[in-house]
Amino acid sequence: MNKQSNFSPPWLSLAPAIAIIGLLFGVSVLYGLAQSFGILTGTEQEALNLDAYRNVFAGQGPAGREFWSSFGFSLWIAGISTFVSAIGGFFVAVWLNGRRGRGSRGDTLALNWNLAFPHLVWAIGLLLFFSQSGLLARILASMGIIQTPSQFPVLVRDRLGIGIIVDYISKEIPFLALIVLAVLRSQAENFEVVAENLGASRWQRLRYVTIPQVLPSLLSGSLLVFAFVFSAYEVPALLGVRYPRMLPVLALEFFTNPDLNSRAEGMVISLAITVVVMIIAAISIKFEKKIG
Amino acid sequence: MKKILNAAIRFFLYLVLIAPLLLFGVYAFSERWFFPDVLPSTWSTAPFLRLFSDPKTVGGLLTSIGIALVVSLFSLIVAFPAARTLGLRRFPGRQFAWLLFFLPTVVPPLAVGMGMNILFLRLDLAGSFVGVILSHLVPTLPYTIFTLSGLFANYDENYEYQAIVLGASKRRTFFNVTLRLVFPGLIVAGLFAFLISWSQYLLTLLIGGGKVLTLPMLLFSAVSGGNPSTIAALSLLFIAPPVLVIALTARQLNQHGNAIKEQY
Repeated sequence: MNKQSNFSPPWLSLAPAIAIIGLLFGVSVLYGLAQSFGILTGTEQEALNLDAYRNVFAGQGPAGREFWSSFGFSLWIAGISTFVSAIGGFFVAVWLNGRRGRGSRGDTLALNWNLAFPHLVWAIGLLLFFSQSGLLARILASMGIIQTPSQFPVLVRDRLGIGIIVDYISKEIPFLALIVLAVLRSQAENFEVVAENLGASRWQRLRYVTIPQVLPSLLSGSLLVFAFVFSAYEVPALLGVRYPRMLPVLALEFFTNPDLNSRAEGMVISLAITVVVMIIAAISIKFEKKIG
Repeated sequence: MKKILNAAIRFFLYLVLIAPLLLFGVYAFSERWFFPDVLPSTWSTAPFLRLFSDPKTVGGLLTSIGIALVVSLFSLIVAFPAARTLGLRRFPGRQFAWLLFFLPTVVPPLAVGMGMNILFLRLDLAGSFVGVILSHLVPTLPYTIFTLSGLFANYDENYEYQAIVLGASKRRTFFNVTLRLVFPGLIVAGLFAFLISWSQYLLTLLIGGGKVLTLPMLLFSAVSGGNPSTIAALSLLFIAPPVLVIALTARQLNQHGNAIKEQY
């Protein structure tokens, strides 16, 4: 029986989705690219040029002065957040995996629970808790450790970006723990038992059995986290300071500037973010393919 | 010693579970709360009442619900045939279609939104509901397509042939066989598409241009100038749907491991 004949040809059912994504996403990206080259801007003096690129990457103007320090700041935030989340997520998953059965459903719910809090709200929660007149400062004050709000260290809206890092770490540890846990629950138990029977110590089992098993997934997930942190706007906008700023905040400020010339510079910055994210995503997919 | 450590870790885990809700709750119901006090001196529902009597907030709530409903429904309808084809068929060009749907999940919304801002200004869609709804489709549609195509990868078409052989019409087969088989997955995909649209800030900002005021927009502007109890009450209103969805789908999430890789 020819199964195909009962149903419409593949491209017909794909057409609406392809048309929508192609038009909305594809044309938007093309418009963005065009604007970064100084065309389709809606201004009088339209000419294909690389001014915006020069201004951002090597300029003496506001964009050029801030771009590389923002780039470094973004790398710092994304790097340290990813690193701590990966280690934290790994150990949480290993710990949870060792305790199957009773209560394990509740534990998984606890990990999924952070999905209920969009980054926007999570950042606001940190603001209410860690600010100088926030709940933590109040608790410390009532215990007599500090007397006035100003004695509480600046943990959010600080120059090192600690507030931003804390936000991402607390959201991404559960995210990565779920990824690692999925790998461990699907296969690890037997290998662990074999290794234990052969006399492997706890540390040896972790080092030679567990880590090699979860490493591809963990790396691929960590790269996703890095790409997300590197390109997300809300959290640094809420928990960051005027200087240094993360790249997405910088890009949006230039883009929404009333001066139409700086729009192109904002577009160039967001394209720079996109290039970094695409490279990271490509590496991540390579790791994922290795898993099978 | 080990038992104490385990109990401590578990305690911490569950603390993380309820602490954010508790935090927002304390702030949202506080009326007078001076610095060194750990708890407010006067509790009150006034912040909530203020919220619901403020036409801007009620408008934002309705706007958010309306946009997210249209976006998630539309995503499901468009994604359904595409996901079925991607999940069940092998055909030349499948990789291309897959890549096209995959790209929007990689390219940051910031870059897409900026380009779309210029495009929609030209099409006169900037600042309109339709424009914002279209912009939300960029993240939700690929998400729904991939979730549903995962569903169809484990789907047995023979149930449909059986119904057809037994004389069921095409329509009846669709509603009584196909739809019933995929219904739970369809609901979960729809719920998460709703959440992605519900919590979208950047695209609404870039396309809505301050004219389409959803809850995230109000929340953002409240943070830069509002008092803590208003911010907390607004936050609670904003997370009510996600909290409900996660609680309702917890069982499903457990089964699928981490099917939801999308961050929002």
